[in-house]
Amino acid sequence: MAAAATADALGEAIPVGQRRGFRGRWYRTPSFVAGVSILGTIVLLAVLAPLVTGFDPTYQDLNHTLQGPSWHHLLGTDDLGRDTWTRLVYGARTDLRVAFLAVLFPFTIGTVLGLFSGYYGGWVDSITSWFVNVVVAFPFYVLIIALVFALGSGTRNIYIAITLVGWVSYTRIIRGEVLVAKRRDYVLAARAGGLSDFRILFRHLLPNVITQAIVFAMSDIVLDILAIVTLGYLGLGVQPPTPDWGTMIAEGQTFLTTHWELSTIPGIAVVVTALGLSLLADGLADLLRPE
Amino acid sequence: MPEPLLEVRGLAMHYPLRGGLGRRLRGRAAEVLRAVDGVDLEIVKGETLGLVGESGCGKSTLGRCIVGLEEPTAGEIRYAGELLSAQREKATRRRIQMVFQDPYSSLNPRMTVRQTLAELLRAHEMVPKKQIDARCEELLELVGLPARALDAHPRQFSGGQRQRVSIARALALEPELLVADEPVSALDVSVQATVLNLLDELREKLGLTVLLIAHNMAVVRHVCDRVAAMYLGRIVETTETQELFTNPRHPYTQGLLAAVPRLVPGRSSEAVAVAGDPPSPIDLPTGCRFHPRCPIAQEPLCSERDPVLESGPDRPGHLAACHFAWGEPVPAHVPEIIQEAT
Amino acid sequence: MSEPLLRVTDLQVEFQLARGILRAVDGASFEVQPGEALGLVGESGSGKTMALRALVGLLPRTARIAGGSIEIDGEDIVRADESRRRELRGHSVSMIFQEPMTALNPVMRVGDQIAEGPLVRLGLTRRRARERAVELMRLVGIPDPLRRAEAYPHELSGGLRQRVMIAIALSSDPKLILCDEPTTALDVTIQDQILKLLRSLQERLGVTLVFVSHDLAVIAQTCSSVAVMYAGQVVETGRVEAVFREPRHPYTLGLLRSVPDFDLVHERLSSIPGAPPDLAAPPPGCRFHPRCSFAREDCIHGDFPLLQLEHARATACIHHDVCAEDVRREPVIADA
Repeated sequence: MAAAATADALGEAIPVGQRRGFRGRWYRTPSFVAGVSILGTIVLLAVLAPLVTGFDPTYQDLNHTLQGPSWHHLLGTDDLGRDTWTRLVYGARTDLRVAFLAVLFPFTIGTVLGLFSGYYGGWVDSITSWFVNVVVAFPFYVLIIALVFALGSGTRNIYIAITLVGWVSYTRIIRGEVLVAKRRDYVLAARAGGLSDFRILFRHLLPNVITQAIVFAMSDIVLDILAIVTLGYLGLGVQPPTPDWGTMIAEGQTFLTTHWELSTIPGIAVVVTALGLSLLADGLADLLRPE
Repeated sequence: MPEPLLEVRGLAMHYPLRGGLGRRLRGRAAEVLRAVDGVDLEIVKGETLGLVGESGCGKSTLGRCIVGLEEPTAGEIRYAGELLSAQREKATRRRIQMVFQDPYSSLNPRMTVRQTLAELLRAHEMVPKKQIDARCEELLELVGLPARALDAHPRQFSGGQRQRVSIARALALEPELLVADEPVSALDVSVQATVLNLLDELREKLGLTVLLIAHNMAVVRHVCDRVAAMYLGRIVETTETQELFTNPRHPYTQGLLAAVPRLVPGRSSEAVAVAGDPPSPIDLPTGCRFHPRCPIAQEPLCSERDPVLESGPDRPGHLAACHFAWGEPVPAHVPEIIQEAT
Repeated sequence: MSEPLLRVTDLQVEFQLARGILRAVDGASFEVQPGEALGLVGESGSGKTMALRALVGLLPRTARIAGGSIEIDGEDIVRADESRRRELRGHSVSMIFQEPMTALNPVMRVGDQIAEGPLVRLGLTRRRARERAVELMRLVGIPDPLRRAEAYPHELSGGLRQRVMIAIALSSDPKLILCDEPTTALDVTIQDQILKLLRSLQERLGVTLVFVSHDLAVIAQTCSSVAVMYAGQVVETGRVEAVFREPRHPYTLGLLRSVPDFDLVHERLSSIPGAPPDLAAPPPGCRFHPRCSFAREDCIHGDFPLLQLEHARATACIHHDVCAEDVRREPVIADA
């Protein structure tokens, strides 16, 4: 009888190796490709900064201030004679790195909290939700600026501030997903099978709920870049002489009528990066669905 | 009757509902959903017991309590004499496993079949590490799937194939009791037969005891040794399959059987089998729960006294919860059953 | 024999997919006499739902009718334009869906929903339309109709919602009612109520029904004739009695043998080996041949349109007599 059953099962072909997962589809998703291209270019330039730029970003050449584009200075110089292109590329380094790390901490903490409060419910959930509601009551920027103001400027405090405020979104997303996912039959089967809570949380729930959080993280990086830029603009962010797009925009403000390019160029860089990240988020949302 | 493998006594599962505060302030009892409300059940080793009923009767909830996925509000579950709660040791969990209804959510979409099976084998140390792969292959062979299915993801399978993987997973821990919660309801008709035949075959081969939860009476008739019918959280009738289908004594069971459409064209009566709609499990009728829809209900008896599940004078294995189950005259609805083709 | 109310000839419904064209329905032909009930039976992927939706022009955006004709009362609606189809929809032809919760407007009282048809289509006054709605609710067996007319769909049980949907379908005096698995989502006792209601309404009002289901027993109880679909094609048609007692297509036979039937007409459940084909790349020749135990050399090539047999039956199987012989030896239905 088993042989007969096997024969009939073999009749139903299992399309093994069907490339409908991530690997099969990524090159056919335009938003993903576009996002990766834009972001990839920026990241590449940032990584290869010393190779693609000719100057030290803090080097001041007071004999050649406020110059327009030339062969020597691709995008000209600023009021202190620093090469704009170099500062732009090094600024990318700073901002991307800070933004990425600033997302990583809230992502990790928020996800873990969301997992636990969604799965266990009870007082864990009550306390977590209370904190979520408190933080969410305040506008994001107000909190960030207030925190950095209180803690003092500098990258370390930026991380702290963004983490204290940013974990909330991830917790909400993950908690919501876990509340639904924990009722799915495969989770029930894992429980019936006597698997440990730890195993269920991290092997069965986490991979199936994390998609939304990853997609959100992409747009969160955009938000954080803007936050860092804003902080920089307000003088609360990355400290000079480290180049950063925000400070560049702020410093260029004085020359808006005469040398508008000093503010506009970093501004465009922010927009393009944000665009790349949004496209990437869009594409990932499409691709990470398991069907 | 031999010692039962599984014994359930007075099991209840009540879910309190939100918004109870307003009601309680006004001095009324909080709203409670009584999904299971006092169930006594026994399953003997080696038999297939069918648990039937319509939506809201509590059969799935009862199944989940038995498997240890929910902690009952009241009552007890004994397995081989031992008391069980939802907090079970791994070793105990092994002995009762479940097959779920929906093939599309019963497997982790991000794990391959091999990973799903191996995880369980490792967690319970079923076989030495080196033999895990071989055992996975054996399990798939049991359910009639080829070894290359091990490295596929659930999305690559059809509904029927997924159910087979689910069965393989349930069998990985070598359980003694298998609770199958509507294992074929979501499958195409021609595939249902494959899975049902497989379950039957495995039951014989591995000496399994099966609790089959189903809403399809025809499936139950083909597969089960004994049947228990549930209505609104209680068992209303239970006996051997043959007896239930030829001599049902509870009006609800009679109605349920009469309501099943038959394959033989033109073989159904004009009259509706059971009138009205099932009441909400939050607002239960007084006395006998079925009395508002019952064709033979009598006031004031049926609306005041809740009948007890009891057997007839000369039929010890046949229990029914109706005041008129064992009296004369024979209750109104007896469905016309065609004798089996020989 | 009178003219059929509905005649579908060689219907083709196509889906435009990223990876090519998928023919959900690829040559379906059947007809229904006025006042009759035709069952359209098949498993998932058979195309029965798409065929039904094509009849009333309710195909999803990505699908279109690629060929064939649909004649309602002699008029080919495939050639008609959208405004004519809309006119027919909800007037001569109405539809009952599987999930009443999603088919009813959740923010509109049910009485208003039932009255909408007469109000808009039949041009009745608001008061008359309301009266008609209450009449219809009574007709479909909704108790206390005046009070229930004020209810919203979520306040009613599944059975009542389905009755409301039937009332809506009847509200514009249709000639043809299409039923898309109307009882699949219902409990068996409620299903029984609804099926008997449909049957009695059909007898009293003389409406014609096309009833799609995967449940052979439901079809046996509700319909007088049946069309069996497989892989997008109609493979057998005929009176239900005749087809179920003596199927003349191996798929129909296989299906009948695999259904767990209440009356234990067969002790052993057999199944059909294999799986339905991928409609984007169907097998050559007869689409069922890879799974057929009677298949021969000549089944692998060519087209297999419906062959007309006697007594208003038709089958797409060229070896239908072998099939009939098998049934005689081992009957599917043998009643006392």
